[in-house]
This record gives sequence, structure tokens and C-alpha cells, in this order.
Amino acid sequence: MKFGQPSTLPRWAQLTLLPVLNLSAALLVTGLVTWLIGENPLECLHLLVVGALGYGEGIGYTLFYTTGFIFVGLAVATAAHAGLFNIGGEGQAYLGGLGVTLVVLSFDHVLPFWILMPLCLIGAMLFGAGWALIPAWLQAKRGSHIVVTTIMFNFIAYSLMLYLISHHLIEPGSQNPTTREFGHNAWMPAMSDMLAAIGLTIPPTPLNASFLVALLACVLFYLVVWHSRWGFELRTAGSNEHAARYAGIGVSTVIIVAMCVSGALSGLSAVNDLLGSTHRMNVGFTNGIGFVGIAVALMGRNHPVGILLSALLFGALTQGGLELSLDKPVITREMILLIEGLIILFCGALENLFEPFLASLFARFTQRK
Amino acid sequence: MELLISTLDSTVRVATPLTLAALAGLFSERSGVVDIGLEGKMLIAAFASAAAAYVTGSPWLGLMAGVAAAVMFSMLHAFVSVTYNGNQLISGMAINTIASGITPVLALAWFQQGGNTPPLPDEARFAEIALPFVDTLRNVPVIGPVYSGLISGHSILVYMTVLIIPLVSWFVFKSRFGLRLRSMGENPHAADTAGISVARVRYIALFWNGVLCGMAGTFLSVYQTGSFIKEMTAGKGYLALAALIFGKWRPVPAMIGCLLFAFADAVQIRLEGVELPFVGAIPSQFIAVIPYVLTVLLLAGFVGRSTAPKAVGIPFVKSR
Repeated sequence: MKFGQPSTLPRWAQLTLLPVLNLSAALLVTGLVTWLIGENPLECLHLLVVGALGYGEGIGYTLFYTTGFIFVGLAVATAAHAGLFNIGGEGQAYLGGLGVTLVVLSFDHVLPFWILMPLCLIGAMLFGAGWALIPAWLQAKRGSHIVVTTIMFNFIAYSLMLYLISHHLIEPGSQNPTTREFGHNAWMPAMSDMLAAIGLTIPPTPLNASFLVALLACVLFYLVVWHSRWGFELRTAGSNEHAARYAGIGVSTVIIVAMCVSGALSGLSAVNDLLGSTHRMNVGFTNGIGFVGIAVALMGRNHPVGILLSALLFGALTQGGLELSLDKPVITREMILLIEGLIILFCGALENLFEPFLASLFARFTQRK
Repeated sequence: MELLISTLDSTVRVATPLTLAALAGLFSERSGVVDIGLEGKMLIAAFASAAAAYVTGSPWLGLMAGVAAAVMFSMLHAFVSVTYNGNQLISGMAINTIASGITPVLALAWFQQGGNTPPLPDEARFAEIALPFVDTLRNVPVIGPVYSGLISGHSILVYMTVLIIPLVSWFVFKSRFGLRLRSMGENPHAADTAGISVARVRYIALFWNGVLCGMAGTFLSVYQTGSFIKEMTAGKGYLALAALIFGKWRPVPAMIGCLLFAFADAVQIRLEGVELPFVGAIPSQFIAVIPYVLTVLLLAGFVGRSTAPKAVGIPFVKSR
């Protein structure tokens, strides 16, 4: 086995066969664990798929989770195109939630929906970007490693938010560390209501207009990264910093802006949760979403189409996994975390594991011709 | 005086697993392999050791199981980083996520206690050891309370850690293997030219990394808590990484970092809700955040400067 050499596989095989093989490997190991704890993997898979996609409500929840995962997936991918590994999505999403909450708590009884909602989106993006700005600046100007700083910033965010929620934002008189309920004019319109307006009936779920924002973000991401001047600079700085410098690209600025965009996208994931579903901010509402973003981006190979598909997969896994854990008490929702980890391993760390095997297969095939 | 000793005593308790994990990180990073998977390896070791100690009733068999589990994950990391030349950061992330996922799944399937293990009976835990002459010395002023309250009465793992620190210092900075290890982290190509196998040294470094992570995890479950609890490492692996950076990738300064962070933790618990003169009650989150802020400042070179081994994180590809 020779690793680290340029691939001899045709491009289409790299983009389809390898990810499918990697995903299969991850699912195979999960199946093995399922079998080890005495459950039938195929039966579980069936329950999971039915729970996620088998009925209207399930699909609604799947797409609701997908929405958040698209945002964090795009966030990790933006940083990845600049050659940076942003582990800080979790903290940036948490701070994005703070931005949303501050806007809503200040203005939800004053401003109408049409002004308030854009302000909320801007608040989420600004706070998320702000939380990414410091690690980015430190990386670009002082050379401190972005991975370690963003890890530290996740912990700082946990403490900061715990302090702010339990000391300042808490609903007066409440025992739980949570803010007051947001006013109705700050609620993201539910998809079921929007479709009802044009005569379509779908079951009521938390699926909301953020899904459309996420799809829009995918399109914008594609246009900006592959068809804009800044996108070219971003990808050049990411693939060869020295070449980028010689070409006159301000690498430090590109790094800082890329991380801010990444943080802003992470921040947007909070909008889906807070304004679409819970309508208040709880401690720890992000629940590891930033880390799911890493898996989503790795599996989607940093391309919006791939990210959309893998976000859908993770949405289905989350929703189906919850249903599965109701049917099978021995399977907990941490099973999804295991699958997430295995996908990070096989699609990220070992992404070309099957490459030599496939390459020899291809070589034999072409020789016969 | 009593308050001081009890604070220092809990500092030692909290610092022990941190130090073990930081030394584990030292082995790996000095050999040029980034390890953000300390957290996951501690977690899997905490689970494996608690499960084994519960089933066999022996803390030592628990320790062996914990070490074995952590070494297994270390070898996975070595395969990705050394044999496969994969991305070491992503591999570490995968290890952390897999450990968070698989431990509650197996714990629930094996013990039906909501993802934790049942509490260990006393004989399956590491006992607190009373050092000789504790009772005779107890009433001697100054020495007595320090000896009986601070130095005596820890688990064997604490005393082992005290021995391991100079051992690792010697191993990494004075022994033949240590020189090779450090050269891998600074310039693997030069070491390779001198005829040293980069892969071999890095595999050995990651083996010791696993052993130390295993001990750290075992300390948490088989000694400190007396059972495995879901997500019980709670960021200690990252804190150890912070201490390693704080200590500039050296054993003794890293240990000092661990003691400092542990002291902050012990003080934080004792200051909860206490009104201090001039400043009033300090929210515990302010103290909890100190280690992380300190690490960021250090890495940025605002307070001293901490520079990583030069070749850390770069896969070694022998001539192209």
C-alpha cells in the first residue's frame, strides 16, 4: 500500500465511488457494534429509515435538523477552502444564538417582523463572525495555531454563555437557566404555515423558513467560492500559501475574512433552532452541532451539493436515531455520535483508504481492454 | 491552614489525571504527531477500566483494560498519522467523537444504567494509601497536617504519577530514544537520513501516549468517581493539551501548568457564592475560563511565547 501519492483514479470515481465506500465502511462498523450489543442491524436500519423518511412528520423533522447541519457544514467548508480547520463552530453557533437573543429581547415588542427578522439574521452572523475573528486574527498575525485557539474559544464560549444566561438573560423569577419566550413577531415562519398559505397541507413540524435561507446559502457559497475573485483568492491561499503570496494575494486578510464568513455561517445555525423551534435560548442549546459540521463538510468534500446531501444524511440519522431509541431501549441517541465519529474517521482521516484497492481494480480493468 | 491544605489536596487530585494526559500528549507531539484525541482516549479508558474493574472486582485488571483500550485508540491514530499520512487533527477529532459515542452505547447494553457503569464496590477501586507514621506525625505542628492531609492518603496512581514525571523527563531529554523522539518532532528528514526509522519512533511514542492516557482515564473512573459516568472527562483532555502548550512541550513546566489549572478549579469550587472583600462574589465561570484564556494568550505570544515542535502535524513522506 502506498499512501500520500497523487491518485490515479478518474475524477468521477474519486467523487462518487470513494465517498460511497467510505460511508459504507462507517455504516458497516456501526452495524457490527449494533450486532455486538445484541440487536439486528438490518432491523435497526429499517426502523431508522422509516423513522426519518417514512411519514410526513418524520420528513419535516429530518429537514429541520438538515437546515442547521447545512449551515455548520458550509461553515467548516469555508474555512477548509482557506486551508484552515475550524473546530470552533460550536462556540460560534452559541455566540450566534446570543446575537439573535439580544436582538429579539430588545426589539420583539417594538419592531414588525419584516424589520426584526433581517436584524436577527445580521445579529447571528455578526456575533458568530466576531467569535471567529479573534482566533483568525491570532492565526494570521501572531501565528498561533487556529485549531488550538478555536478549541479554547469553545470552552470560553461555554463559560461566557453560562454566565450571561444565568446572571443576566434569565427570565426573572425562573428557576431554569433560560431566557423568556420570544415574542411571536420574532418567530421564523413555520413551513407548514407558509405552504398552507398557497394551499398545501403538511403536518406541523419545527421545519421553518430557515431551510430556504440554508438552500440560498448553498447557492451563494457555490457562486462565491468558484465564481468570484475572492473565492479564487480563498482557494489559492488554501492550496498554496506561498504561491498566493507571490501572486499578490493578501493571505492574512483572506484567512481573517474566511474565518469570519465561517463564523457567520455557524452563527446562522442558531437561527434555525432559536427562532424556528424553541423560541427561547437555553443553556447548551447548540448540543454539539459545530462538531457535526466537521463530519458534514468532510463527507460532502467541501462542495455545496455534497454538503447538502451529507447534511440530509445527518438530519435523517438524527431524526431516525431518536425514533429508533424510542423503539429500542438498548440503543441510545449516542449511537448517532458513534456514526458521526466513524464518518469523520473514514471520510476525513482515512479518505483515500480504498484508493489503492480501487486503483488496482481500475488498472486491471483497463488492461483487459 | 486546614482550608489551605484541603484546597491543595484537591489540587493534587485534579492535577494527577491532567498531568498524565499532558505527558501523553508530550510523547506524541514531541515525535511530530498532533494529538487532540487525548480527551477521547481518556474517556474510552475510563469506561474500559470501570467495566473491567466492576466485572473482575480488581482495580489492577481495570487499569490494564483501560490502558489496553487507550493504546488501541492510539494505534489507530498512529495508523492514520504515520502509516497512512492522513490528517492528524481530523483523526484526533474522530477519536474524540467515537469515544463519546461508543462508551454510553456499550455501557447501556452491558449494564443497563443509562449509559453509566454501576458504582464500583470498594475492593474494585484504588484505595487511598496511608503512608507510614501518619498517625504518629499527625500532631506535629506544620509537618503533621501537611504530611497527613496533603502527602499521605492518595491513591497509588498519584504516587505513580509523581515517579512518572522525572522518568519521562529523563526518557525524553536524556536517553538515546528521547533524542530520536525529539528529532522526529523537529526535523524527521534529518533523522531519516541518519538511519532512524521515523515510523518506528512515532509508533513507539504513540504507544506510550496510549499507556499514559489509559492511566489518566482509569484514575477518573476507578479511583476518583468510583464508576463510569457519561462524558466524565468533560474537557480534561483539552485542558491537558492546554497545559502542555503552557509548559512549552516540557514535562515539568507542563506539570506546573496542570497544578495551576487544578488549583484554579479547587479555588473555584470553594469560592462558589462566597463574598470577597472589595470585589464581592466572583461568578465561578470567570475562574473556570482562566486556563483557556491563558493558553490563548501564551500561544499568541502576549505572555511569553510557546512554540510547538517544528514538524508537528506534518505527515512524513520520505523523498519524492
